[in-house]
Amino acid sequence: MAEATATQEAVQVKPKSEPLFGKKERALITDPLLDNNPITIQVLGICSALAVTTLVVPSVVMSIAVVAVIAFSSLFTSLLRNSIPKQIRLIVQLVIIAFLVTVVELVLKWLAFPVYKQLSVFIGLIITNCIVMGRLEAFAMANKPWRSLMDGIGNGLGYGAILILVAVIREFFGKGTLFAGSSLAMNFIGPGEEYMLNTAATAGIGSYFSWYANNNLMVLPAAAMFIIGIMIWIQRSYNPKLVDIS
Amino acid sequence: MSDNNRILLFTVGMTFTVALVLGVLFFGLKDAHAKNEAVFNKRAILAAVGNYLPTPVDELSDDQVQEIFEKNVTSTVYLANGETVEGVDAANVKMAKEKKKAEEKRQYPLYTYNNGKEDFYILSVYGNGLWDAIWGNVALKSDGATIAGASFDHKGETPGLGAEIKDNKKWSSQFADKRIYDEDGNFTSVLVRKGGAKDPVYEVDGISGATVTANGVSEMLKTGIAKYSDVLEKIQAKSSKGSGKVGMLLN
Repeated sequence: MAEATATQEAVQVKPKSEPLFGKKERALITDPLLDNNPITIQVLGICSALAVTTLVVPSVVMSIAVVAVIAFSSLFTSLLRNSIPKQIRLIVQLVIIAFLVTVVELVLKWLAFPVYKQLSVFIGLIITNCIVMGRLEAFAMANKPWRSLMDGIGNGLGYGAILILVAVIREFFGKGTLFAGSSLAMNFIGPGEEYMLNTAATAGIGSYFSWYANNNLMVLPAAAMFIIGIMIWIQRSYNPKLVDIS
Repeated sequence: MSDNNRILLFTVGMTFTVALVLGVLFFGLKDAHAKNEAVFNKRAILAAVGNYLPTPVDELSDDQVQEIFEKNVTSTVYLANGETVEGVDAANVKMAKEKKKAEEKRQYPLYTYNNGKEDFYILSVYGNGLWDAIWGNVALKSDGATIAGASFDHKGETPGLGAEIKDNKKWSSQFADKRIYDEDGNFTSVLVRKGGAKDPVYEVDGISGATVTANGVSEMLKTGIAKYSDVLEKIQAKSSKGSGKVGMLLN
């Protein structure tokens, strides 16, 4: 009898304690966007943030790929978390990540071949992105699948947000364009639809910026380091709680 | 079950599952991948004659690319000494693989695009950029000495710097109407000049911040086009025999 009530209670309590989008689940997605951002706070995944952010379009594709990989690897790891032998858990996590990255690569090659060509090297490098494995080890191994999925998506988005922000700054100041190479391409310096080498503008919005010469530092990886550094600085001076006193 | 057996079982199961899923996916998508790759390569070849296509190459659908290739493009495979290689499909000649062969055995594809009025000869070139291989297609007009257009691609050049050889159409469009033979008929190639072209006929502007890649393009054009010199001489002879002479006088 006592057992029966216990199960009944559990059944009643369950939906209450685990709603699909409760406060905790929402926090899992929103926290990594700002106060627990994988790039600016945890300082993970910097290598790829330096490499792909010269142009916005590859950064967007890279972000989508990372969100997909990190979300599904979190989900799979969490589903398997109780059966993964402790001794080989890191290898298992790596296999899951590598598996998903290969799937992403095959799907891209099928549906978006030019983008696949453009990103091929970097797609493979998602395997080595510290954020993915960091989240699997720190979160998915100890949490239920749904929350792990949310945590994965949140961290992927947090990574993507910084990536795209850095790319927008770098492409705008480095080349005077935005979304170059896509149908949304915008050119702020010089006339015409495509971006160009010289900055001499004769008409349109370009004429307001014709004094501006492209900043070549911005297309170098070092620029991404400066920009991310400045972001970290701004974010921490805005919110002193984030400063690591130790 | 002992710990070791459990680990072994898990590993074998995991490996088997992952291999199975990836294998099925790979073979299931193989045809689609091959088709995408073929269209991608054909698009790159057509991009070299982009100025003479009925519609810009970016606006062509995959099917249209295939159609143009069937109707207007013929291909031949040559050796560097000018001999024709029979029984080899130009689409199967991979420049990266050819580079590993002995020099006299290397095969070079030549595509001929006819837009109804004129023949264009599209050469394939292959060389080294800063990080990895670069390659391209150079289209020559029917005189076999004037460039009609060029398209380039690369394996791993820096986006925004070396990758501009592919991404910046403004840059590659500079090659149009440059000449690769001087007035005496000597091969000169086209030079990518750092700091800006000094000669309107034989040089194009470099890319700031990507000097090594740009030099790689110069070198690739010089050595790559030279491999076709025997073939090009035949083409030049043919064009000057025909209406070419009148044309040259008018020029």
